[in-house]
Amino acid sequence: MLRFILNNEDIGTTLSPGMPLLDFIRYHQHLTGTKAGCNEGDCGACTILIGDLHNGELRYRSFTSCLTPLGNARGKHIVTIEGVSMPSLNPIQQALIDNSATQCGFCTPGFVMSLAGFCLSRQVPKRRRAIAAIDGNICRCTGYKSIEKTASIIANFVKQRNETDPVTFAVEQQILPSWFSGIEERLKKLTLSLNGEPAAAGTPIVGGGTDLYVQKPEDIREQSLRFFFDDPSLKGISRQGNKCIFGASSTATDLLESAVMQEYFPQLENYIKLVSSTPIRNMATIAGNFINASPIGDLTIFFLALDTTLEFNTGRILPLRQLYKGYKQLNKTEEEYVCRCWFELPDKDTLFHFEKVSKRTHLDIASVNTAICIRMQDGYISKARISAGGLNPVPGLLTDTAAFLEGQIPDDALVQQACAIAQKEISPISDARGTADYKRLLLEQLIKAHFITLFPSLPIQV
Amino acid sequence: MKNIDAKTHVSGTSVYLDDIPLIQGTLYGAALGSPVAHGVLHQLQLEEALREPDVIRIFTAADIPGDNQIGGIIKDEPLLASDHVHFCGMPIAFVVARTREAARAAVKKIKADITPLPVITDPREAQAQNQLIMPPRTFSQGDTEQAWRECAHVFAGAVDINGQEHLYIETQGAYVVPQENNSLRVYSSTQGPTAVQRTVSTTLGQPMHRIEVVVTRLGGGFGGKEDQANTWAALCALAAWHLGKPVKYALHRMEDMAMTGKRHPYMADYKIGLDSSLNIIAYEVTFFQNAGAAADLSPGVLSRTLFHCTNSYYIPNVHATAWSCRTHLPPNTAFRGFGGPQGMFVIEAAIAHAARVLQIDAAVIQQKNLIKTGDEFPYGQIAQSEAGACWQKAATLYDATGWKQAVDAFNATHRLQKKGLAFMPVCFGISFTNTMMNHARSLVHVYTDGSVCISTGAVEMGQGVNTKILQVAAQIFSIRADRVKLNPTNTINIANTSPSAASATADLNGKATLMACNAILERLKEVAATALDTKADAVTIVNEQVLVNREPTGWDWQQLVSAAFTKRVSLSEHAHYATPEIHFDTVKEKGHPFAYHVYGTAILEVTVDCLRGIYKMDAVKVVHDFGSSMNPDIDRGQIEGGIVQGIGWMTMEEVIFDKEGRLRSNALSTYKVPDIYAVPEEIVIDALRSTADNLAIFRSKAVGEPPLMYGIGAWFALRNAILQFNPEADIPFITPMTPEKVLMALYSNKEKGIIQQHEATTSHLGIDQ
Repeated sequence: MLRFILNNEDIGTTLSPGMPLLDFIRYHQHLTGTKAGCNEGDCGACTILIGDLHNGELRYRSFTSCLTPLGNARGKHIVTIEGVSMPSLNPIQQALIDNSATQCGFCTPGFVMSLAGFCLSRQVPKRRRAIAAIDGNICRCTGYKSIEKTASIIANFVKQRNETDPVTFAVEQQILPSWFSGIEERLKKLTLSLNGEPAAAGTPIVGGGTDLYVQKPEDIREQSLRFFFDDPSLKGISRQGNKCIFGASSTATDLLESAVMQEYFPQLENYIKLVSSTPIRNMATIAGNFINASPIGDLTIFFLALDTTLEFNTGRILPLRQLYKGYKQLNKTEEEYVCRCWFELPDKDTLFHFEKVSKRTHLDIASVNTAICIRMQDGYISKARISAGGLNPVPGLLTDTAAFLEGQIPDDALVQQACAIAQKEISPISDARGTADYKRLLLEQLIKAHFITLFPSLPIQV
Repeated sequence: MKNIDAKTHVSGTSVYLDDIPLIQGTLYGAALGSPVAHGVLHQLQLEEALREPDVIRIFTAADIPGDNQIGGIIKDEPLLASDHVHFCGMPIAFVVARTREAARAAVKKIKADITPLPVITDPREAQAQNQLIMPPRTFSQGDTEQAWRECAHVFAGAVDINGQEHLYIETQGAYVVPQENNSLRVYSSTQGPTAVQRTVSTTLGQPMHRIEVVVTRLGGGFGGKEDQANTWAALCALAAWHLGKPVKYALHRMEDMAMTGKRHPYMADYKIGLDSSLNIIAYEVTFFQNAGAAADLSPGVLSRTLFHCTNSYYIPNVHATAWSCRTHLPPNTAFRGFGGPQGMFVIEAAIAHAARVLQIDAAVIQQKNLIKTGDEFPYGQIAQSEAGACWQKAATLYDATGWKQAVDAFNATHRLQKKGLAFMPVCFGISFTNTMMNHARSLVHVYTDGSVCISTGAVEMGQGVNTKILQVAAQIFSIRADRVKLNPTNTINIANTSPSAASATADLNGKATLMACNAILERLKEVAATALDTKADAVTIVNEQVLVNREPTGWDWQQLVSAAFTKRVSLSEHAHYATPEIHFDTVKEKGHPFAYHVYGTAILEVTVDCLRGIYKMDAVKVVHDFGSSMNPDIDRGQIEGGIVQGIGWMTMEEVIFDKEGRLRSNALSTYKVPDIYAVPEEIVIDALRSTADNLAIFRSKAVGEPPLMYGIGAWFALRNAILQFNPEADIPFITPMTPEKVLMALYSNKEKGIIQQHEATTSHLGIDQ
């Protein structure tokens, strides 16, 4: 029996935990305010909130329910548009109307939910964060300007919150119905009573579901699955000595919100903004990005340049750069899964940068992505790693290019030659993300972008 | 007044097709689309699919009791393929099962035995092989042959315009419920309820009066559901008819994208001639419309391309020919602008070409040639022009001179970032170009409690037409808006409707509503006059109060309605409106096809990151000819949405078919529409309040389609920015201007040293090489 809270109702269901949560909400609970738009997490019409206890504290994040397995609802609070709607309109709904920010209305519940997620976030409310909260919601009618205005108004509204607990504030301000006040206690009781069904070894693993439910939703909906998304032993991002250690099920949002990552990567927010959208970042796990083995995985490229190490459940240790044997072929057995990962934190002499270009700058798959990590010693490059995606069957390091850079003083000629060497390390193909010629040119430009960013005073010819 | 659906939208209680509560026993359908774009269909192996659990039956062409024909303008498209397949995704079979999942699983088990035939995706190739939807059409004015001799400058070139996926967020779908006496109720997500009714009637061989089509609202349409909602309704109806059970099919996004047509890709050749004073005196253009595998609405789209081939300009000598070319793509269809945007892009390309060679700003040529009142369009209509007024106001209001100086200063001080500016004037004709479609009806009931309900043929899809119709009734009766309700669109209430399209829906249905309300009002005034012992023309209703000679009488609306009922006076009216004045002779290709034109001018600024080839839209500032807007909130939303959709078409939205005619951009992960970060940082809209009388409802000019074409300016602004970085850049007139195209252009004809010169490898369809 899968137990959770849906809006204000206690749910116990024996339906297949592999079923997409969207189908459960729409077709089994007949809550039709949550819309099916694309079934691959790219439009946000099905956005819901999921609340869970995080270090004993209730935390809500937005999810696209089309990619969320029902099994990931276990022990949580699932909130749909029906759960935030009251007899009178809440301030989000009122602001959308006041700004004429709804036309056909099909995407609107998703926007309401994403903005509700912003209201419940513990982050300091800012306009750009309100916009980021809706960066996974596509509207085909309005052109977004009216929605931007709405987001600004909501951001200002939430600023009055100060130190008040977000749920308390939201209930006081009638953003949410009063029964939300009791959810934390109900979840605590629910968590105590949960008896997790041990999954048989060998059954497929689901993390956030953001890739699996795009690739083969039909195959897995009736399948027996192991749900790793909430396994506490696979969570957490922390610093130990000069290493950063993170659990395999840490999400992109966990990464973004991690104090240690923010400290060592001042540009982190700008990098992560290029990776997918808020709800997908809330769902997508870092190890999932590695294991998915996409030639173009953003986080894979990011962590390759940091020479990240993986630890499997078997205790085997493997550098990430050795994980890929060929297109979607992994150096791992069926039974192995990643438990945790670590990398050496950059010291004061180490420079890091991440670049990504896609057809649409945000919420799109890269045409080419690349990260660089170089260590400087007395003006020389003592160590270099450049990763690149979208150019070979597997995401990987440009080892020749990096080797060429080592021991050199960065200047224009060096960068130009590095670009030429990089061309020999890649074999891009033409596809929907661009022609091979384009990807070759783009890699060069992005290598130059690395150096222009890291060494702003270098006169690099483009 | 805000959109009357806004409250239900924000609370998630608005009902769309997939939200309709289902009747017990409802079955689910799923269509098998052809896996190949062209071939001979020998047979279907259904056995394995039929053995899947919960599968009820699989329907094929042989099961169609009426005509296997869904072609609207030309009868050239079967509902289900019988002997040949003509495009990837063409429906071949329709599985009906007890669950959605079972129906979709069974579709995958059907084996279609098809011998492939050669595939054409290129309209020029189709034209060369005489694969035409219909004979070519030519609009002409003056004598271009003569005029070339008078030109100081002549430029010729080619243009390649890609299509556009509608991407309404609600996919296509239908739900058909059998009724007694061999009737069917069809719930459809359609802009054209009558088209659905007619198609179901034809394919089932049943009279239209047995088919009731109901539409509450659409989660977006943009033209994609004008004609192409018919298929799904007809398939569900076919199954419901045979099985006597309700059947529903709401398409999965990937089915929708693969099986439905899009905005037409066009190729074109142009030749433009200017005199030494930069007057455009001659223009020749040949359009090759990529119609796809069947006519669908292509003939209508083609005509609007010709009507808009000179955009906002007066050109005395024009010769424009358009070929509708049959290829093996899904039949392309209506999309906001309906061929007009493609026609406009080509003239703008021709002007940009001339300006680059002449080393002047394109705006100089654009402004100089704007059409004036009294000038004749190539199709014979005399312009009542606001083109100059819009341009002037935009240039002044937005300080075009200062703006350009600021852009020049930015470009002078930035090495890796360049800005580009472009003007985009728009002139768009309002009316269905097929004159016979310009009519509508409205049925207005006043109930004895004074509440009012209205039925029209208009379909609400976010454009706010129901709100505007409600405003018409509230204003004519002078009653509170909450007394008026709009009914779902239903073919029982309103028959023989034109689709909600051509920006004309509010005008046509609004005017019919106005006539119906006025007729009831006249009767009510007679009642009041008799009761109050005065003449009817002395009676007015103001804010629900009945006045005689503008003095209160103590009577209010409710009392008046009650009195009329007591006197057995009809409180209902069904009115018919047909647009006056319009006519068109398709033999001479001359006439007065449009009730009026909508004008406007946009100025657009972009910034290109010349290192990465990415870009952002800084600003779009518009002066738009509203006439006299009856709902500025709704109209502003239409303009902003249209601009962003137009920019999407011109920049990131890339429809990609491979040479085998398979759609490669078949999901939202591969087809990108603007997100919140992609839209212009600033959109400013100012109204040109024109005072001239027009045929719009309350003189509030149509606003659905025209703003989309402001987005065309984004392409030219990007081009201008690229030229700032690389004055030698090779920038072919190919859309969309993706970051790939920008980067390749930035570094074209440039010493790169390291990698070889890149060949242009992206064709008009963005075909994979």
